[in-house]
Amino acid sequence: MAKKLHKTPLLDELESGPWPSFVTGLKRLAKDSKKPYAPMMNDLLGQLETSYSTRKGYWKGGTVGVRGYGGGVIPRFTELKDKNEKPVYPDAAEFHTLRIMPPAGMHYDTATLRKLCDIWEKHGSGLIALHGQSGDIMFQGCTTENVQPAFDELNEAGFDMGGAGPALRTSISCVGAARCEHSCANEQRIHRTLINNFLDEMHRPALPYKFKFKVSGCPNDCTNAIQRSDFAIIGIWCDDMKVDQEEVKKFVADRGRKYTIDNVITRCPTNALSLNDDDTFEVDNPNCVRCMHCINVMTRALAPGDDKGIAVLLGGKRSLKIGDLMGTVLVPFMKVETDEDYEKLVEFAGNVIDFFAENALEHERTGEMIERIGLANFLEGIGVEPDLNMITAPRSNSYVRTDGWDEEVEKWEKRKAESKK
Amino acid sequence: MSDAPRMPDECGVPDPFPVMHPIMKANFGNWKYHDRPRPGVLHHVAHSGDEIWTVRAGTQRQMDVHSIRILCDIADKYADGYIRFTTRSNAEFMVGKEAQVTPLVEQLTKAGFPVGGTGNSVSMISHTQGWLHCDIPATDASGVAKALMDELYEEFIHEEMPNRVRLTTSCCQINCGGQGDIAINVQHTKPPKINHDLVGNICERPSVIARCPVAAIRPAMVNGKPSLEVDEKKCMCCGACFPPCPAMQINDPEHSKLAIWVGGKHSNARSKPKFHRLVVAGLPNNPPRWPEVSAVVKKILHVYKEDARDWERMGDWIDRIGWQRFFELTDLPFTKYHIDDWHGGRGNLNASAHIRF
Repeated sequence: MAKKLHKTPLLDELESGPWPSFVTGLKRLAKDSKKPYAPMMNDLLGQLETSYSTRKGYWKGGTVGVRGYGGGVIPRFTELKDKNEKPVYPDAAEFHTLRIMPPAGMHYDTATLRKLCDIWEKHGSGLIALHGQSGDIMFQGCTTENVQPAFDELNEAGFDMGGAGPALRTSISCVGAARCEHSCANEQRIHRTLINNFLDEMHRPALPYKFKFKVSGCPNDCTNAIQRSDFAIIGIWCDDMKVDQEEVKKFVADRGRKYTIDNVITRCPTNALSLNDDDTFEVDNPNCVRCMHCINVMTRALAPGDDKGIAVLLGGKRSLKIGDLMGTVLVPFMKVETDEDYEKLVEFAGNVIDFFAENALEHERTGEMIERIGLANFLEGIGVEPDLNMITAPRSNSYVRTDGWDEEVEKWEKRKAESKK
Repeated sequence: MSDAPRMPDECGVPDPFPVMHPIMKANFGNWKYHDRPRPGVLHHVAHSGDEIWTVRAGTQRQMDVHSIRILCDIADKYADGYIRFTTRSNAEFMVGKEAQVTPLVEQLTKAGFPVGGTGNSVSMISHTQGWLHCDIPATDASGVAKALMDELYEEFIHEEMPNRVRLTTSCCQINCGGQGDIAINVQHTKPPKINHDLVGNICERPSVIARCPVAAIRPAMVNGKPSLEVDEKKCMCCGACFPPCPAMQINDPEHSKLAIWVGGKHSNARSKPKFHRLVVAGLPNNPPRWPEVSAVVKKILHVYKEDARDWERMGDWIDRIGWQRFFELTDLPFTKYHIDDWHGGRGNLNASAHIRF
């Protein structure tokens, strides 16, 4: 006979209201008395209700994995024990998560989603988070015993383990070229090329700390790459933005000059736009910083240029340890079209990861390492020349030794001459 | 050998093309423009002349298989059998004919999945795990998100904000949770309570010492056992020592508070990406509905909605009106805790005679 459901008066309060309730979902699973996961989900509700009442968490980590891999499973063991050190909610005493990488861009057909549900219903809790902050499908709630068979079935269905611990982490890419006119790159191919070339760093954790790639197809940065990834890829273009003057005129006629001036012209961060007397636009392209604002507002009239590629920013992360850091520009522009372009990108990413692996301190992120050694030293380390797009302004203090000045100037002149060719 | 253990097929990130809506596949990299016929619906037009309508619906992210199968049933019957997800856990259904939009919107709404989250709306909160699954959280995540989205439901299904509003939450101070127009993050107020019986056995002491951003942790012998001690004058209660050493208990039902930060954005549009800034701390961690947090969030959103100009994100708006006016309009207290004293904090001081009265 099915076990009696635990009382959850606090969680029950989260069943009302118009937003979909995860509590209702948890309870549905706990009530599936014919399913193997029902007792686990009933006890999970018991523990979660305890957390809501005591305002304390009760999970601890541990070591659980699958054959051949050193990461990707997040082990959770209950710490909510009675006087005899026995779990208060024994059926949820083990509640591990499998991090599984979704198709790039988080596309699914229903057959795939149903298959994932069937596998998880058989081996796990029936609870799936779509998706975690790094971009994983999180299969939440599995006993130690079932981790291997669950993974085997997911793996046979074409899915692979994501990252955890001091390792390359699962990546995320925006919808991009699949449905967005702003896209300046093939986000999914970049995403898959980078991760799939460095799977060893993901599945056998050996880095100083986590390392994340994120891919956004334009500077709107829908995947939050600059702030949340060690290696941010932002789609960008290097020629003139495209202007359909007939559509500009239509926009002005439709929305009015005041709206156009207040919301497009004067919102340009570098004053690169001007409204002509005939209601067309004049664009000062060399001073356009590709911020995307005018293109976002006037989707029919304005578009990124034709010479598309990516910028790479390195070192974004949240608080721990030295404070929040944004990624900063390392590569202002590179084409990613031919197979050779992709090889170059992989080679560059490999150099960055190798340098990180060799030079970062334990538990130090890429951005913190760059902060500690200085960007100039980092550039020398990975063999990248300084570029003005890397800075907002030159240094404001004199504490620098400049006895290599003439050699550096010579290098600069040489690069300049080469780029003119 | 037939009984050799199965080794993983290291297949990596799956190819999205076999599971992508055929119209997206056919027009990959060839889209021309988009518009939004109504809140929650995007309409994209390709250079080929093909069109696709996307209906976006909020989900609870932490989904039981039944909920996912309901989404699948709706997709099979009303949306060509494809679903994709956004980074904020919204489900997107794509259709090739405009006539399919209204029945799809109706079905999703009927099934309890609100249609919205596009354009200048308040989209779903990007959130973390909390008490449901994390090993270090001071609060829950799914519960905070559910409670807040119930309150902000109308702002999700309408597009009435000056620009898009992105919310995030974080159940500890140090790690997950992104930057947002409004971020709701745990802020501890007391140093960790150390269980000296456990430190020697379960913690690698040098790594714990190395984690501390202010070098406040020292090795110590306590009751004859190797342990750690915290210089409580230096400690700023960030909780960085807790993940590597669960004996450094930072979470406290009373003293782990919630703080609200505003003005972060990841887009480069108009201004460069911004970090969010502290505006309110000391709010109680009050499950199951965290009413004190909702009240402040709603107050800030209300003022932003009234005062900001079209296309100004929260941070753009504050850049224009200044922090003085922000605190005045929101009627929030300004304290010494708002003044940045971390590395680089001088950059947040006013080094000018630009003064507002």
